[in-house]
Amino acid sequence: MLQIKNLHASVDGKEILKGISIDVKPGEIHAIMGPNGSGKSTLANVLAGHEKYEVTEGEIFFEGENLLELAAEERARNGIFLSFQYPIEIPGVSMVNFLKTAVNEHRKHKGLEPLTASQFLKLMEEKKKVVEISSQLTNRSVNEGFSGGEKKRNEIFQMAMLEPKLAILDETDSGLDIDALRIVAKGVNTLKSPHNATIVVTHYQRLLEYIVPDYVHVLYNGKIVKSAGKELALELEKKGYDWIKNES
Amino acid sequence: MIETIKYTATEELADLFTQNREIYNEGCPDFMNRKRSEALDKFVKTGIPSRKNENYKYTDLRPVFQNDFTVLPRYVQQQIDLHELFHCDVPQLNTHLVLLINGWYYGHNRKIGQLPNGVVLGSLNHVCREHPHLIEKAYNQLAGISDDPIANLNTTMAKDGLFLYVPDDVKIDKPIQIVNLLYAKENTFAVQRNMFVLGKNSEATIVFCDHTLNHNYYILNNLSECFLEEDSKFNFYAVQNMHNGAVNNTHFFADLKERSTLHTNTLTLNGGLVRNNINVKLNGEYAHADLNGLTLADEKQHIDNFITIDHRVPNCTSNQLYKNILDNKASGAFSGRIHVLRDAQKTEAYQRNNNVLLSETAEMNTKPQLIIDADDVRCSHGATVGRIDEDALFYLRTRGIGEKEARLMIMFAFADEVLSQVNIKVLRQRLEELVNRRLRGELGPCQTCSFNFRKP
Amino acid sequence: MTEQDKILDTVTKQEYKYGFVTDIESDTIEKGLNEEVVRLISAKKQEPQWLLDFRLKAYRKWLEMKSPNWAYLKIPSIDFQDIIYYSAPKQKKQLNSLDEVDPELLETFNKLGIPLEEQKHLAGVAVDAVMDSVSVKTTFKETLAERGIIFCSFSEAVREYPDLVKKYLGNAVPYADNYFAALNSAVFSDGSFCYIPKGVRCPMELSTYFRINAANTGQFERTLIVADDDSYVSYLEGCTAPQRDENQLHAAVVEIIALERAEVKYSTVQNWYPGDKNGKGGIYNFVTKRGICRGDFSKISWTQVETGSAITWKYPSCVMLGDHSTGEFYSVALTNNHQQADTGTKMIHIGKNTRSLIVSKGISAGVSNNSYRGLVKVASRADKARNFSQCDSLLLGDKCGAHTFPYIECSNKTAILEHEATTSKISEDQIFYCNQRGIGTEDAIGMIVNGYAREVLNKLPMEFAVEAQKLLQISLEGSVG
Repeated sequence: MLQIKNLHASVDGKEILKGISIDVKPGEIHAIMGPNGSGKSTLANVLAGHEKYEVTEGEIFFEGENLLELAAEERARNGIFLSFQYPIEIPGVSMVNFLKTAVNEHRKHKGLEPLTASQFLKLMEEKKKVVEISSQLTNRSVNEGFSGGEKKRNEIFQMAMLEPKLAILDETDSGLDIDALRIVAKGVNTLKSPHNATIVVTHYQRLLEYIVPDYVHVLYNGKIVKSAGKELALELEKKGYDWIKNES
Repeated sequence: MIETIKYTATEELADLFTQNREIYNEGCPDFMNRKRSEALDKFVKTGIPSRKNENYKYTDLRPVFQNDFTVLPRYVQQQIDLHELFHCDVPQLNTHLVLLINGWYYGHNRKIGQLPNGVVLGSLNHVCREHPHLIEKAYNQLAGISDDPIANLNTTMAKDGLFLYVPDDVKIDKPIQIVNLLYAKENTFAVQRNMFVLGKNSEATIVFCDHTLNHNYYILNNLSECFLEEDSKFNFYAVQNMHNGAVNNTHFFADLKERSTLHTNTLTLNGGLVRNNINVKLNGEYAHADLNGLTLADEKQHIDNFITIDHRVPNCTSNQLYKNILDNKASGAFSGRIHVLRDAQKTEAYQRNNNVLLSETAEMNTKPQLIIDADDVRCSHGATVGRIDEDALFYLRTRGIGEKEARLMIMFAFADEVLSQVNIKVLRQRLEELVNRRLRGELGPCQTCSFNFRKP
Repeated sequence: MTEQDKILDTVTKQEYKYGFVTDIESDTIEKGLNEEVVRLISAKKQEPQWLLDFRLKAYRKWLEMKSPNWAYLKIPSIDFQDIIYYSAPKQKKQLNSLDEVDPELLETFNKLGIPLEEQKHLAGVAVDAVMDSVSVKTTFKETLAERGIIFCSFSEAVREYPDLVKKYLGNAVPYADNYFAALNSAVFSDGSFCYIPKGVRCPMELSTYFRINAANTGQFERTLIVADDDSYVSYLEGCTAPQRDENQLHAAVVEIIALERAEVKYSTVQNWYPGDKNGKGGIYNFVTKRGICRGDFSKISWTQVETGSAITWKYPSCVMLGDHSTGEFYSVALTNNHQQADTGTKMIHIGKNTRSLIVSKGISAGVSNNSYRGLVKVASRADKARNFSQCDSLLLGDKCGAHTFPYIECSNKTAILEHEATTSKISEDQIFYCNQRGIGTEDAIGMIVNGYAREVLNKLPMEFAVEAQKLLQISLEGSVG
């Protein structure tokens, strides 16, 4: 599904990613772990197509298509979803209007008719249950005045609405208390299928107790220094990142 | 000898100068005298500003020049020692003290303490003659662009004032206190011209005090040009304390180069009609200007702070905080224009003007303005009149503080936001005490000064 | 240059969709302006002497006045002798039913989406259609008449209700108020008149639709709304004009009088032709709008969405004479290409406990300039007056300008006035967030701009809000490739 080959990326001329290769197949969950500043969020943003990040070398293919040639919205419509670490507030833009536009753009891409207002509202009601999000939130402007936990839940709610093929969860656990974490994880697991894949970017092992990865990659200083099964996460939790730093 | 000529209007001021041109030119270098004619033309063209001039919408200067007064195109020897007559009442204020009298550098200034090597501090007129190279290129470079008639009148008539030059990499730790005294036997129009040049990576602090020493009618036209080279730092505190009938017209022009920092604080404690013009040009990236002002006015005083900040290059920051507390029939005006020029991206410019009216008859007019021609900027302005934080008031009262006292506390906090920016501790404490007692109605501003500046 | 800048930079102006001309015979006088022209207009309209006197006084005053010369506003000099001051769609006789209206004329209003045929009008908006300053047809007259509401053309009001017109004309906007108001007072051809009697709540939105059609013609209409004690009315105004290469002048006057406890809501969606992308052509829109809250507890609320015109110069204002009266101003002004908008309000507090609210949202794109210019004045007897002003500017691209010139004048110690202004651009992060959800950049910008303006759009009646929303999007199209 997703092939990242020798990816190098930089911000403002400073190289952050220094040759990353990952292969994600449908149905898989990959965890990317690493200490602060190792390049995890950069990787997430590069995949989503943020213009601030410049790809200097390497390739990314998504379902056989060269991802680097696509604009951010085209990647989204092709099925890549990024759950942001810090979802931005967009004052005055209602969640309903925002999501309706997004959903119908996705549908247009798939050659489907746009949803009518009532169909859309029905879909929203259905998906709200996935993350136990209240109507109070969906009646507001995008992320405006949301607490940290509400913003993250709102991200997973949007993911449920857009049904991506590849979901990238960037530090989705940060700022969540244990109940919110459980709800978010439940949402992610509910949306899981043999046809889609998930990349979980996280600093802590905590989230991986709820969303169990097939592979764990440790990112350090812009490179993947270790890849293994889920047991690697536990080992990291026990030994800390210094262990990796010392080894590399 | 004092030239005494009576006149009432723009033309008469112009005639006065033209008829005495030789006396004005006398003892000044050519470059200074050449500027006089240009400035005179501009002054005559605009005339003494009335409210029809948009920049003077809230301050009519015509009545100011309708009284009779004398001008002083020559230095007048004082009959008494001004150091005996004037004592700064701020206890333990440790400064390099310089006196000016009616716009002229005082001839019998006591010796200024040890200044770092290369620093030049003294009479502008004197330095013009002794070290013209320090002045010639920069003189009137900032004021000359202005079409303000009062600035142009200054250039027309100015002969002396203060000059400060701080060489590259030199820091003057002790503040320099410049006391502008007004003391003459007759009603007087005094013109003073100052220049401050801060070399690269240099630092200096000036405390600029205005005082009237008797009750004659004074108009002070005081213009400063200030040049901040790369990485320099300049603090400028103006403490204005003139009697109720006096007119104080100040201009402060500043040009800031890369990474330089300007901090000004204008504290207007008393004066009849005060108009402060501050014009800052941010000409080097990462320069920063921080402009503050506090006005306490009562009786029929009129105080107008007129600020313009031009962000001419990217990445500069500026901050304006001006507050007015107006009592009796006092009136205040504020204009704080921020202009972000095209391509001055990443500008951050903020401006706030807060005002409180204490009486039925006080009046405040404010004109905060933003002119933005670049898109990647953060700019805001806010202005309030009469806004007291009712939540804070309530909070204090729930803690058992009476309403009157609570209100005073909040008012003091209101003023202290500006005073707390004064980094000279003894000066700040003195000002805080004055403001506090003033708010409580315990004293006129200068009751404790060596002179009572109120008109009897 | 970032991608976004590039997008913003590619300016390909979307066609102005109302730019057609209707071929209608009109009764037009020679161009040029002098006292005889003023007399001729009055004579053509068979006006009473007092109205002619009003016009002549205004004309003589206007001759002594000068066009405003303000900072950051460029008004090109206008040749007032090159303008036609009277052009009316030719009508052979007084119209009794819709069937008698020129079919071409009906077609015009249908094209604009303003059905004049009452049966089609489900939304229940009474329309007074004004073409080249002459009222063409007023709908729903009978329904309104049942409640004693007068809603008719200005000329008709002069004929039928001369006392009312005489009593209130020039109350809010005196003939010598300003250069363009004086011009209007001298040469206005028609407009709308509305009177809501005591205690009546107008059951439907009243609407005037203005259309400039004839070439070389100035439009000078005049609207007068009087809301008697305890009455309520919501009034809408829309405007379009054909696409022409020369500039056309529109100098209108709107006066509102609100008596005891009366409330008037006046909404405008202004979409005059803005000129082409190079700044050629377009309407000069110089409008004086003022309301007087004469009665205690009265309220006047202005809402405007300004997207059209080459130059917009208007300051819908409120004079709060009555105690406890309220003035409101909600504005969205969008400029693109070479447009200039100089708009704002004056809130004059005279009565005690008066309140005013100003919400202004400026949006600049292309090489346009957008200014807020406003005054809040508190007179010395306006105890406990309260004002809050919020003036925000949004810049799209680095070649446009956003300026804020507020004036605050306060002479009362119990007044509380607050003014806030911010300037911002659309953040790249916001656009990226929308992109990531599959929304293209142009749609994202349209969405964010609408969100930014929402506080004001919400104040518009439903139908208008939808139109305004579309208008904002269309006006921006092309400014974002």
